Amino acid sequence: MSESREPDNNSAPHNPESGAGNEVQAPTRRKSPARRASGRAPGSRAKTTQGIGSEKRGKVLVTGAAGGLAQHVIAMLKEHYDVVGVEFRGLQTDYPDTVDYVVDFNTRPFEDVFREHGFTAIIHLGRIRFTQSTRNRRYSANVVGTTRLLRLALKYGVEKVVAMSTFHVYGADARNPSLIDEEYPMRAANLMPEVVDAVELENLFNIHLYKHPELNITILRPCNIAGPGINNQISQMLEQPVAPCLVGFSPLMQFIHVEDMATAIVQSFEQNHPGVYNVAPDDYVAYQDALQLAGCRRLFLPSVPPALARRAMRVLGRYGPPDYMIDFFKYAVVIDGALFARTFDFVPQHALSELLGHYRAQK
Amino acid sequence: MRTRQFLKPRTVSRDVDQLVDALPKHNIGTQGYDPWGLNPDTAKITFTAVRWLYEHYFRVQARGLENVPGEGRLLIIGNHSGQLPMDGLMVGYSVASRKENARLPRSMIERWFPSVPFLGNWMNSVGGVIGDPKNCAKMLQREEAIVVFPEGVRGSGKPYRLRYQLQRFGHGFMHLAMEHNTPIVPVGIVGCEETMPSLVNIKPLARMLGTPYFPLAPLVPLPARVFLNFGKPMHFADDARNERDVEWRVESVKDAIRELVDTGIAQRKSIF
Repeated sequence: MSESREPDNNSAPHNPESGAGNEVQAPTRRKSPARRASGRAPGSRAKTTQGIGSEKRGKVLVTGAAGGLAQHVIAMLKEHYDVVGVEFRGLQTDYPDTVDYVVDFNTRPFEDVFREHGFTAIIHLGRIRFTQSTRNRRYSANVVGTTRLLRLALKYGVEKVVAMSTFHVYGADARNPSLIDEEYPMRAANLMPEVVDAVELENLFNIHLYKHPELNITILRPCNIAGPGINNQISQMLEQPVAPCLVGFSPLMQFIHVEDMATAIVQSFEQNHPGVYNVAPDDYVAYQDALQLAGCRRLFLPSVPPALARRAMRVLGRYGPPDYMIDFFKYAVVIDGALFARTFDFVPQHALSELLGHYRAQK
Repeated sequence: MRTRQFLKPRTVSRDVDQLVDALPKHNIGTQGYDPWGLNPDTAKITFTAVRWLYEHYFRVQARGLENVPGEGRLLIIGNHSGQLPMDGLMVGYSVASRKENARLPRSMIERWFPSVPFLGNWMNSVGGVIGDPKNCAKMLQREEAIVVFPEGVRGSGKPYRLRYQLQRFGHGFMHLAMEHNTPIVPVGIVGCEETMPSLVNIKPLARMLGTPYFPLAPLVPLPARVFLNFGKPMHFADDARNERDVEWRVESVKDAIRELVDTGIAQRKSIF
């Protein structure tokens, strides 16, 4: 966050107990339910804020501010914008400096954050991943929480929303074509009901995209994000000395470096082209090749019959993907990032070998 | 990757190495894959075996290769037969191994192949792509040449008694050709019917295994001589008024293939 921005601790949303009633708000799981540090009184902050665009270019809300990607995005944004980081995932006891508020979107104190800051833009990166929490909890946080976020965005006159989705919405299937474009149906809801929250989240944004054009919503569907600080499932597997793979299957995968993804988000925020975009480099690697390039030893699991493969994956627990994601390690889901690259003049700066070399260097 | 690194120096001859290296590969990424999974190193290993099949086992004779343009988007449309996709492999290799204007055409494969362990990945890495119109459209946009068998499993899985009788053609290839302004080169393939003659399709077994057919046929392909005859490129404007128009155009391609098949049968002096 901008160094000049000084938090206050006097307003209602800063009360640790104000949003109680949800498991996410359990006090023991919070570093702070409100602003990180104490400072001057509310109202004095905007006047003293320094920076190129803190007043001219508006204030930006970044959700999921504790995540590795959000930290990169905030670092880029804070040079020109006044950024407020909000985290709703109560998974940590200690949050990085990028987090200003820890508050559940489904609770009333969340609106106070809007009241206080008057955001002009939202970058919605906060999403509970498939490997985290239960299906119901994910649905509540991702879909219901985002519904509220969008309602507040409308109410408080937000002019720009960038939302993170995922390539997983296309689903993994043997019949998938390659270079899937944005018009391809989101088949994940049918193929793997456990990830329905990601598809619903997309639908929610799509509805708002056309119903409320004043929000200028840009939805990004990135491929696998990896690199320093990223803690998603595929990164965890690349970090492991031994990673699982299925005998006879090595699907083509795409990876984007976290810094490139952060650049893509900032570009989509700064250049206003509402719509849905895949974000992926025009470079590909087979999964088993990626493991070897990342210095992982391969643990071969039986691939047929599928029930045996799922059972083997369950046995691995956190060392492998959840069993309902197994098809992403069997069938390629290659997305076409050409539209985004063309529209936003985006060129990834980090090579695939550099990205996988990062994991090799850690071993 | 390690398997490839082990096999390549031990199996690939200099000729095949140079042949694959000389092919245009403008869609290949930094890790040696294109978006459809083609990997030149795996192609080299495979082509070593294919070359032997092409030259010594099936003794393929290809005519009219000059009708296949050396660059630009292209659909190569042929008759399908022989239970296994040997015809696609032979057509692909004939274009890839010619002396001038060599290029590697991509073959459309059945949608169930990627679900078979090893087979799906291997077919993708040597140029096979699942037969999806979206795939085809993207490849044409990237100026690739594609081998399509519009008969699909109706052609490849038919019993020997229906040999050289063209089955119903799907219309998808014609729509793609018109929409993407792509020339069609017809090819008549003779000999693949005899490589694996099927007496009957054992449907219950096919259902149990999840395959489109299960032929009662020789366990390995028989060494029948194969004749490939490539016809002149055909162009179709994107002005069809209805599906009936499209059907007439498909029939014209089918007629061209039928003539080329008849030419191949006339050229053949003996089956083996």
